[in-house]
Amino acid sequence: MLTEPTRAWLDSALGEAATGTPAWEPYFVAAGRHCGPAHADEARTRLLRAAGAGPDTLARLYHHGTAAERRAVLLALPALVPGPEALPLVEDALRTHDTTLIAAALGPYAATHLPAHAWRHALLKCLFTGVPVTAVAGLAERAAGDTELARMLIDHAAERTAAGRPLPDGLSRVLALTTPAEES
Amino acid sequence: MRIFDPHIHMTSRTTDDYRAMYDAGVRALVEPSFWLGQPRTSPATFLDHFDSLLGWEPFRAAQHGITHHCALALNPKEANDPRCVPVLDELPRYLAKDGVVAVGEIGYDSLTPAEDTALAAQLQLAADHGLPALVHTPHRDKLTGLRRTIDVVRESVLPPDRVLLDHLNETTVKEAADSGAWLGFSVYPDTKMDEHRTVAILKEYGTGRILVNSAADWGRSDPLRTRAVADAMLVAGFTDDDVDQVLWRNPVAFYGLSGRLHLDLPTPPDLHEGNSVLRGGE
Ligand SMILES: [Zn+2]
Repeated sequence: MLTEPTRAWLDSALGEAATGTPAWEPYFVAAGRHCGPAHADEARTRLLRAAGAGPDTLARLYHHGTAAERRAVLLALPALVPGPEALPLVEDALRTHDTTLIAAALGPYAATHLPAHAWRHALLKCLFTGVPVTAVAGLAERAAGDTELARMLIDHAAERTAAGRPLPDGLSRVLALTTPAEES
Repeated sequence: MRIFDPHIHMTSRTTDDYRAMYDAGVRALVEPSFWLGQPRTSPATFLDHFDSLLGWEPFRAAQHGITHHCALALNPKEANDPRCVPVLDELPRYLAKDGVVAVGEIGYDSLTPAEDTALAAQLQLAADHGLPALVHTPHRDKLTGLRRTIDVVRESVLPPDRVLLDHLNETTVKEAADSGAWLGFSVYPDTKMDEHRTVAILKEYGTGRILVNSAADWGRSDPLRTRAVADAMLVAGFTDDDVDQVLWRNPVAFYGLSGRLHLDLPTPPDLHEGNSVLRGGE
């Protein structure tokens, strides 16, 4: 729950954002200290939506942003960018090892636009870094019938087993999703 | 025991250090931007360093149950390289960030005119952004450097109680205390303070405005020296509350002047084997 002063701050920030001038951007930057870390993602994504931020603005905010600001941009992509032009931001986030960025990058925008090879590697990276596969949008739809993903998962499982290590949480679940569903 | 290390360069440290620091009681730290050991040749590499202090390093710290904030600045040494100075133009957009709780570390290295300019400009930036300033005192010609530092602070718009004078020692503590600034002691093998000398200074000057840090970096240094000071304080007869004031409440009060200090970790630390950082990456 936002406190009353925080709500007032956010309301005036959203008002600025709706005017379409860049005066709202400092609010986007400072949202963490005004709303608290727990509410910063929501405040920032609301600001981005209120401003109707396009791909160029989103890219600039991402590249000038802290990890928290970058995460908000990633979370806002499905609502703001209909086409694939923001994919470089998703790809940038997927190159990091920050699990909060990786999880945010694998929302509905990536489910729609990320090419198969990159998507499979992203999924493997989730298993590798401990991002729960439940955080991946469109997992069942994209994994269904993906024999190449199945091969990668089986190879990864073999490598883990050969090393005497346990299989990562979620691996068998995703592997099951790659086979056409016969029973539920 | 809870410990806040107000000056440590975790970029140069390992996950073993994070784990040992957590075990010793460290729950929060401030990492000032600094000279990386290898001279930079352009502003762009500063920006990558700043981004790291606002991204990767806080993430790494959080995984070990430690909250990470930073101080950003053009460091004194590289203020002398004209190829690096333009980073001052980029600083304002960074000083607006959540997680930045001070301008720093700034101050003098070789006491040059270029350092005068950078110090004054960055004290002004601190005032402009509502931030306190972490000002280190030079390793060479320290007392002269301290006096010149205090003069520049006096001429600035930043009040002395929003300045932390760091790397102090027996020869500089009195004048630093008289200036009205917060007093920082780096407990660092060979070149700076040790825990027993620090305790002696605490006995003489009291616990009110003193902060203790490890200043650990890529040199021969020890991120657990904060804990060593706490233990030495207790042996010397200071109370648990005294220790808490010096090792926790004073850094919270100083960096809290920014209004940006958040000491609650947003997500619980992931201390088991599921993570690639703890496991050694890909
Ligand atoms: Zn330092």
